Amino acid sequence: MQPKAEMVHWMFATGFLFVGICLFCEAIVGQEVWRRRAWRAYLWPGLAFGMGVLMWPVMTFFTNSAIHMIAHGAWAQVMMLAGAAELGRVRGKLKSDLWLLTVPLALVVSGTAFLVHEQNPWFFQRSAFLHHLIGWTVLGAAVFPLVRVFRRHSVAANSGFALTFVVLAVFLYCDRDLAPVFGHLSPLAGAPHR
Amino acid sequence: MNAELAHQLDAKTAQPTWRVRVVQGLGPATSLGGIVWALVQPYRITLLHPHAQGFWWLFSEPPLWVLLVGVVFALVVAPGLIEDLEDAEGGR
Repeated sequence: MQPKAEMVHWMFATGFLFVGICLFCEAIVGQEVWRRRAWRAYLWPGLAFGMGVLMWPVMTFFTNSAIHMIAHGAWAQVMMLAGAAELGRVRGKLKSDLWLLTVPLALVVSGTAFLVHEQNPWFFQRSAFLHHLIGWTVLGAAVFPLVRVFRRHSVAANSGFALTFVVLAVFLYCDRDLAPVFGHLSPLAGAPHR
Repeated sequence: MNAELAHQLDAKTAQPTWRVRVVQGLGPATSLGGIVWALVQPYRITLLHPHAQGFWWLFSEPPLWVLLVGVVFALVVAPGLIEDLEDAEGGR
């Protein structure tokens, strides 16, 4: 009765897409306008924290190797940390802007986990390709939230941060895609399947 | 003519700013993306060939989820945000 792993990826992709659109809007309208309604201020950190919590059952039920489990556990922890830190800042419990560093930290840890837990080269198979692509994208995109720490109102940094989630959603939706580039590219990867 | 009334009339007929247009357009644009995706890759929608499919395959319809994200954003987030943005830009 469990969903397949790719379906879980698509669910997370949907969450990331929504977060990305909301963050993009925040970048466009500015934080002051975005936070005029309290529920909007809590929206993306709440979703980030919630998806971090949901990553635990994913780690428990959908990983089949130690390194795979560690990677999912690392994502769960850093997503919860970044979400919780932002929730604390929105609530006013956390005052220091240094808490903003939890977001680039989350992206660096996540990107590194993607790259480290993929043992095969880029063109071995679709999942290997996506792991490398997502890993390097997330690692590179960490620069956007890092800039946000020092330039809170930078439209470029905030938009780049938002679009990172949209791109990540697109990559996650590509799991099990039938496009040739995502097919099995090595005969060692096993029989092609949907 | 009362000047204040004319001022209010101007405010009502003022063109939306680019920010308002972007916020207004994001939801429909996202939904359109989902529709285009569904047309390009109809095999991603299991509902089109539902026979002998289990619950999760019938539930997992990524292009429709993208469409849904656009609809939810347009109906839940955008209206209030546009209201607040217009309020802020109007300096009220």
